Amino acid sequence: MEEFFFLQPEVVSALVKGFYVSVKLIVPSAIFGFIIGVVVGALMVYGNAFAMAIASGYVLIFRGFPLVVQLFIWYFGLPYIGIYLSPFVAAVLGFSLCSGAYQSEYVRGAFLSVKTGQTMAAQALGFSKIKMVLFITLPQAFRRALPGCGNEIIYLIKYSSLAYMITCIELTGEGKIIASDSFRYTETFMVIGAIYLLMTSVAAWLLHRLEYRLQLPGFEQYS
Amino acid sequence: MADKIPILRIENMTKWYGDKEVLKDASLSINKGELKVLIGPSGGGKSTFLQCINFLVKPDRGRLWLDGREIVRARKKEIYEYRQKVGMIFQDFNLFDHLTALHNVRIALVRVKGMSKGEARDRAILELDRVGLKSYMHQYPAELSGGQKQRVSIARALAMDPEIMLLDEPTSALDPELISEVLDVIRDVRSDGMTMIMSTHQIGFASEMADEFVFLENGSIVETGPPEKILYKAQYARTREFCSKITELYGNSF
Ligand SMILES: Nc1ncnc2c1ncn2[C@@H]1O[C@H](COP(=O)(O)OP(=O)(O)O)[C@@H](O)[C@H]1O
Ligand SMILES: [Mg+2]
Repeated sequence: MEEFFFLQPEVVSALVKGFYVSVKLIVPSAIFGFIIGVVVGALMVYGNAFAMAIASGYVLIFRGFPLVVQLFIWYFGLPYIGIYLSPFVAAVLGFSLCSGAYQSEYVRGAFLSVKTGQTMAAQALGFSKIKMVLFITLPQAFRRALPGCGNEIIYLIKYSSLAYMITCIELTGEGKIIASDSFRYTETFMVIGAIYLLMTSVAAWLLHRLEYRLQLPGFEQYS
Repeated sequence: MADKIPILRIENMTKWYGDKEVLKDASLSINKGELKVLIGPSGGGKSTFLQCINFLVKPDRGRLWLDGREIVRARKKEIYEYRQKVGMIFQDFNLFDHLTALHNVRIALVRVKGMSKGEARDRAILELDRVGLKSYMHQYPAELSGGQKQRVSIARALAMDPEIMLLDEPTSALDPELISEVLDVIRDVRSDGMTMIMSTHQIGFASEMADEFVFLENGSIVETGPPEKILYKAQYARTREFCSKITELYGNSF
């Protein structure tokens, strides 16, 4: 039965379980990361000096610290100040904050690319700053930020594999267990890699669909 | 006369960019239903002046009254309310690129004025009809000509029921053959009694419509008066020089 190793029920179920954990890590992290990215990106462009300083400090730290170190801090460090996070929550927190820092740079660039005439027209109509951002510049910036943010989500899918370092057993973690139980390192990680490839391909396809759906006359730079 | 109370009064508006004073103590007062036209060489401060009037550019000094009430710039909410009453038309239209013509006109009604979407839509369609673009309401700005974009932007301003409109060279970015469709709309709005301050080089059109010309050069209001006086009997040589140049370029008047 050697050649059907990956069809064995316990191997399949371990892979499926790991896959689900990975998806459960990735989807909320991508969503929170994007929301953080939009808020922080907006603050860096439209905030007052204080908000800008906070936002830039956040980006500096969360892009500067290695992600594994950030995960260790959330999972192993916080208990020292009395905060205990489950491995899953610590991983989602770490991924969201790290992803948000990267996303915010794409969002910031996209906000900066909105022509000043757009904000002048909005202000001239009596829009407050926050309404102007929500209804005028964000819808435009969102379209321009999508390719960059999509790219970051693809990265997130892959670095989600770091969750097993803080004992959140997702796809890579399951793979490691299967491999060390069976000594089939090469095949196991080839299969794991292929599953990540599948996930990134599906994500890329979905992101393209979204870009296509959001396309408007005058915003055709994406095809 | 009751209708001669200035609707807008501006006193000593001043703006510096770095160490350059681009607007120097500009004062102006306009009555309901009047049209004042800002003329003057490029870089003279016309745009700066108009943008200071609705605080898109923060003046360094100066006071301003709408309907006799002073607008205090420090109070943000007051500024937002004031701007709703002051329609602004830009040289390069500045339609919201991500919205159709209809939504360009509708969005501030819903998001700023708090109108219901249905009511705002009806109003927006009415205004687009007024500028002759009802059949274009589902087009995006990128699908409209310059003249059409400027007409949509006029509809967008009118939908807010402004008390006064500021027009900053509304036809300067247009191809010559598109200018008249925009001027026709402005003429219509004017004949409905809208109060306006407009900067333009369309001297023929302006002198036919304006109550007063305001000649602005190097940030200073050099002189003010009825169009025929400014154009042909100006007090200052600089005004005369500019006017003879501009009439030569942009056609006759009277
Ligand atoms: N944002 C700005 N920063 C620095 N200088 C400016 C800015 N905007 C306008 N200016 C300067 O102010 C002067 C007046 O410009 P503007 O009001 O646009 O004149 P006009 O509309 O009459 O052509 C010009 O010298 C211009 O270079
Ligand atoms: Mg100008």
